[in-house]
Amino acid sequence: MPATSHLTRADVEEFGRELDKIREEVLASLGEQDARYIRGIISTQRKLELGGRVLLFASWLPPAWAAGTAALATAKILENMEIGHNVLHGQWDWMRDPKIHSTTWEWDSACPADLWKHSHNFVHHTWTNVLGKDRDIGYSALRISPEQQWHPVYLAQPFYNTLLALFFEYGIAIYDLELERIPSGQKSLKETMAQLRAVAGKIQRQIIKDYIAFPLLAGPAFLPVLLGNLTANLARNVWAHTIIFCGHFPEGAEVFTEDRLQGETRGEWYLRQLLGSCNIDGSRLFHIMSGNLSHQIEHHLFPDLPSNRYAEIAPRVRALCERFDLAYTSDSLARQTGSVWKRVLRLALPGPGQRPPAVTSPARKLKAVA
Amino acid sequence: MGRMSAEFGLPGPTVLRRLAKAAHWLSTPLLPEDYLGLLDPLWSAEELRGRVEGVYRETADAATLVIRPGRGWSAHRPGQWVRIGVDIQGRRHWRTYSLSSPPERPDGCFTITVKAIPDGLVSNHLARRTAPGTIVRLAGPEGEFVVPEPPPPRLLFLTAGSGITPVMAILSSLLAGETPTGTGRSSAEASPAGAEAVHPKWPPVQERRALPDVVLVHSAPTPQDVIFGERLRHLAARSPYLRLYERHTRSAGRLRPADLAGLCPDWAQRSVWACGPAAMLDEVVAHWTGPEDRLHIEHFRPTVLTSGGEGGRVRFTKTGREADADGVTPLLTVGEDTGVLMPSGCRMGICHSCVGRLRSGRVRDLRTGQVHGEAGDLIQTCVSAAAGPIEIEL
Repeated sequence: MPATSHLTRADVEEFGRELDKIREEVLASLGEQDARYIRGIISTQRKLELGGRVLLFASWLPPAWAAGTAALATAKILENMEIGHNVLHGQWDWMRDPKIHSTTWEWDSACPADLWKHSHNFVHHTWTNVLGKDRDIGYSALRISPEQQWHPVYLAQPFYNTLLALFFEYGIAIYDLELERIPSGQKSLKETMAQLRAVAGKIQRQIIKDYIAFPLLAGPAFLPVLLGNLTANLARNVWAHTIIFCGHFPEGAEVFTEDRLQGETRGEWYLRQLLGSCNIDGSRLFHIMSGNLSHQIEHHLFPDLPSNRYAEIAPRVRALCERFDLAYTSDSLARQTGSVWKRVLRLALPGPGQRPPAVTSPARKLKAVA
Repeated sequence: MGRMSAEFGLPGPTVLRRLAKAAHWLSTPLLPEDYLGLLDPLWSAEELRGRVEGVYRETADAATLVIRPGRGWSAHRPGQWVRIGVDIQGRRHWRTYSLSSPPERPDGCFTITVKAIPDGLVSNHLARRTAPGTIVRLAGPEGEFVVPEPPPPRLLFLTAGSGITPVMAILSSLLAGETPTGTGRSSAEASPAGAEAVHPKWPPVQERRALPDVVLVHSAPTPQDVIFGERLRHLAARSPYLRLYERHTRSAGRLRPADLAGLCPDWAQRSVWACGPAAMLDEVVAHWTGPEDRLHIEHFRPTVLTSGGEGGRVRFTKTGREADADGVTPLLTVGEDTGVLMPSGCRMGICHSCVGRLRSGRVRDLRTGQVHGEAGDLIQTCVSAAAGPIEIEL
């Protein structure tokens, strides 16, 4: 039973207008407090990173190694998730500060910001969960939805998904090159080579920093520092992979077919974002550490609203969903992660039988009835 | 400099530069200064900043801000202006203010003097709500409203309201060798920063030049409204080279160009610097009979383009293409139709792939109908239309 079949076309547009209203209210109220929030997070992140690296210099003391590595891992998580991801979305562009702006920001990741902005902000956020359009469905490597055709290579996906978790930043860098579009001529080799050089340059700098420069600077503590940095990077990668996979892959997230995009209205676009996304329940600290991607639904409805506001609008979005009798998928991190891995394991194998095509546009249904 | 420090075994600038470059390998993808900035925001060289060290009230609606510039600031010439970026309600606003201090302040600070104008967001914020310690962004100094070196023998300054601010810097510098006094505030409010702002020994005695003959004609509604009033009167009383005429317009009416003949009969033979409201400047220009290059004019507020619901001429500055746009077509479409390689993404105002920097003019947000934009703003071209003629850096 499609999750929106009970809604009329007018309902859908009314739903959209209510969401527009929330968006406008938040935009109108942005100010000093929000600016202080992001500057505070950035400053905390930098201090944590400095602190972590200094502690690691003393890493002949085991507690210093553990504390330094933990601080550095935390800093790297904050940098990628609550800061990098959200700044690159343009969430803070309203401040008009070129130091905290989507067009100038570069992050501590193997993937250059420009490349990621295209594949994430544009491709993924515009075509969210549309089969054949949204490359983020399984990241072109995993079968994460039964609607994706099975192939023997998916038998290995539990294994390579584990690898992907560990080396997530490199996976994203390669993925964002969109190599699969070259054979068909959709993407030129020349463009790809230029991007490849940018990725290689970025990876080189990242590797020199964490695995050569800082260990060398530590002198006799070369090895512990290298291991600390490696651990921090791996921890950040696994955490980011875990949170991000909970956004669209748990049970309850729907995928859509391309015909749905034809003449899609604002209200229908909102519906698709809602039904394709899942939230994770947690504390305030957890939300910050997840880059507020735990509010994946709110993030997909309003990708350019500052992340610190998602928590405040979540109850309103949820109430709206109740009013229109729409699913609002949210659960604990453990359950959502369990759900993702269940899918990764189950869909490695062929089947199950095709589900009925997911949500069709209510507008079109109305036309069909008429 | 480099050789000298090397002789003493200190790291020279080259060594420091190499160190900074090496440090970049540790801070990538950020700059070392992004971390150093945690200790002192003024250490940024990439983004010129300043710290407000003191705020001193000049009149009921004007205040002088003493600003310590960070790394990268180059000394100004008296009469020049600075662009200053202020965060208000989380948003950055850039405005231009004349520097009101001479460049010779020994403490390395400079001052701007801001008069709060009705409904002026930034001027009210600076003049009334800015506390010492505030960090501001800076650009400049710039401007051609300066007195040449050596100065002409006879000068006339025609100012009104806050138009006195660049002239205060010029006068302080011109008369510096002769009258060692404070910066632009009254002695009653003399600040630690201002009390000895102009070095008493500058310029050195042997370099002193013949001081020019200066006339200053300044208009303000009442004596209390004269910015730097006490200081100017003090200067004029002490210096045989400066003649001051204050016009209090509330009692004496506005100064007309015809009045000038009486106040300064040789005004057409002088080099003139005029700064004040547009109407006053227009009159001065209209009545000027001397050679054009001896009249110097400084406008404070550029004529603002008025915009109704209409579009305008759009100029894409990087590609040099132009097009007429109506008030409802997104700039993105306008650019694409004109053959500009426009960056684009979602075309619905969410992904920010399409932003371009506004150089002049204002745009209409097609989502809300709101007209907005200041030079330097990044505009989402997919949801913005021209509201009058604009220039965008694409």
